[in-house]
Amino acid sequence: MKQIIFLGRGGQGAVTSSQVLAISAFIDGKQSQAFPNFGVERTGAPVRSYCRIDDKKINLREQLKEADYALILDPTLTKNLNEKITSLIIVNSNKKPVDLGLQTNAKVICIDITKVAMEKIGKPFVNISALGAFAALTNEITLESLEKAVLQQMGAKGSIVEKNIEAVREVYKISKNDLQK
Amino acid sequence: MDKELKSKDGVILTKGAVIREPGSTKKYKTGDWRTFKPSIDQEKCIKCGKCWLNCPDAAIYKDKDGKFQINYDYCKGCLICAKVCPVKAIGFVVEEK
Amino acid sequence: MVEKKVMSGSEAIALAVKLCKPLVLPMYPITPSTLVPEKLSEFVANGELNAQMIYVESEHSAISALYGAYATGVRSFTATASQGLALMHEIIPIVSASRFPAVMFIANRALSGPLSIWNDHSDSMSERDQGWIQLFCEDIQEAFDTIIMAYKIAEKENVSLPIMVCADGFILTHVYEPVQIEEQEKITDFVGTYNPKDFLDTKNPKTFGAFAQPNTYFEFKEQVQDAMMEALKEIKNVNEEFGKKFKRKYGDGLIELIEMQDAEYALLIAGSTIGTAREVVKDLRKKGKKVGLIKLKSVRPFPTKELILASKKLKGLGIIDRHISLGYEGALCTETKAALVKEKVNVTGFIAGLGGRDIDRERIRHAFDLIINGKEGVWLK
Repeated sequence: MKQIIFLGRGGQGAVTSSQVLAISAFIDGKQSQAFPNFGVERTGAPVRSYCRIDDKKINLREQLKEADYALILDPTLTKNLNEKITSLIIVNSNKKPVDLGLQTNAKVICIDITKVAMEKIGKPFVNISALGAFAALTNEITLESLEKAVLQQMGAKGSIVEKNIEAVREVYKISKNDLQK
Repeated sequence: MDKELKSKDGVILTKGAVIREPGSTKKYKTGDWRTFKPSIDQEKCIKCGKCWLNCPDAAIYKDKDGKFQINYDYCKGCLICAKVCPVKAIGFVVEEK
Repeated sequence: MVEKKVMSGSEAIALAVKLCKPLVLPMYPITPSTLVPEKLSEFVANGELNAQMIYVESEHSAISALYGAYATGVRSFTATASQGLALMHEIIPIVSASRFPAVMFIANRALSGPLSIWNDHSDSMSERDQGWIQLFCEDIQEAFDTIIMAYKIAEKENVSLPIMVCADGFILTHVYEPVQIEEQEKITDFVGTYNPKDFLDTKNPKTFGAFAQPNTYFEFKEQVQDAMMEALKEIKNVNEEFGKKFKRKYGDGLIELIEMQDAEYALLIAGSTIGTAREVVKDLRKKGKKVGLIKLKSVRPFPTKELILASKKLKGLGIIDRHISLGYEGALCTETKAALVKEKVNVTGFIAGLGGRDIDRERIRHAFDLIINGKEGVWLK
């Protein structure tokens, strides 16, 4: 089973991000579960959301204490990551991983997702595009299933969906290039 | 399926305590609750209908001659009629049982 | 079309309700029941569901309107939780005494004092004496299926009782996971149509909500109790029928036994915690411990006979209550102890998960440790 922690700020869409990941993994033929760290909604407050992906039915309902991956949508939240991450931490940041001050044995990769979002969407909507980085860097989901999942979750929202998908593809490409460096 | 059940004293116990016969409260004569018995002095009555309108038990009715009468089967003797009568046409006596 | 999709618990529940085609939906649309009514109002607005939404001014009005809808003889639905359910309390026993087969979804949440919006079972446990069947769910597929079964059970002529379908607030209502959504035709065929004998009709007037004097009130309550005993059978029957038609069922409908064939120690749990406990049992089984689980699906009617059969050979049974009857202990613990009073099994209670506290594997393992070592239950804080 793979476990993923999402960190974002209220309104940034970390919860939606985890939901789209769960949908995407399911489209890939896996079992999945996404749930927020239950709290009262407050714009700007740190928000945690979780996702589990497995080949078998997921029975666990406990909150995550550690995870394979973390996806941090706001670079100022790196200090809020209390959970042990075993594999990879993806941070939306234009800095270098060493400059983030993360105490971890996991690999840390920074992708400037906000920049792509501003270019492609025109607004700093990073929650969906960040999954492009997740798909590229972890291979836990395919880009194809991710695009389908975005359509399923945001289908009714019009032109913003296409822009998001463009941003997903761009972030995916940048992340793949980053891997080869 | 809805078996006809009865209480010890023979009351039919329908499912959900529904009363299937309409207007069954008519059978329940409340006139014997009365302490004071009102009566209408037809000589004084101006047929304004205030007593009829205000009776909480709908125990006052207009007879075929257009006179207001009291149905003592249901009149509980609250005397609201006497209170609202503008010409004091409604008096009362203590009920004799 | 049968469709398996990842969606939120609330959406799955709203879909199940839609497929049962209720005609009146009185809703008080605020946290905690927000998402289920929200989805249903979407279905009504876009024409997928032909029903009358009534936006009421409180949960007391929601349940009163639900009563009114059933008095007119139509299938209806509402949803609530925590304080909302508490506010409904006054009308709750009137619905059951009137024998209306209403279905209400409860997103289990803690009762305030201090203010809390998180999960526990104190809301529905506080209503368990009021003549409503209470069915708990482990995951959102079960919640979807239970809504459908609930209409069929409730509307059985010999049951005619309202049902609360209870699923853990947040944990199940806000989770996204795969759910199989069944076809409309199959569900319509399974649930059938609702044709009550008594309903409000100007051409054939009847009295609902009449008063009962001491010579009959007692007997009317006895009838509700008799119907509850009938429900014990019908819940099983409907679960079987559901299994045949949809290839899924939940134990015998009342309880589900997990690794109980040779178990010496077991935990009895209602709700979503069973999922996490399944993983603990798998781990302990690998270590050679003979442990099992009893999933209590039907809290009302309480399946006394089934529980005795399931647990009489155990050495120890622990009850994890996500609720406490303050001044005594967890209600499920008290009730299970009473059911097993003549058996030798050692029964002890654990309190866990109050006000949204996580019930993780560690806490469940700790509970198993204690019962295996013959210790008394504790608060799994």
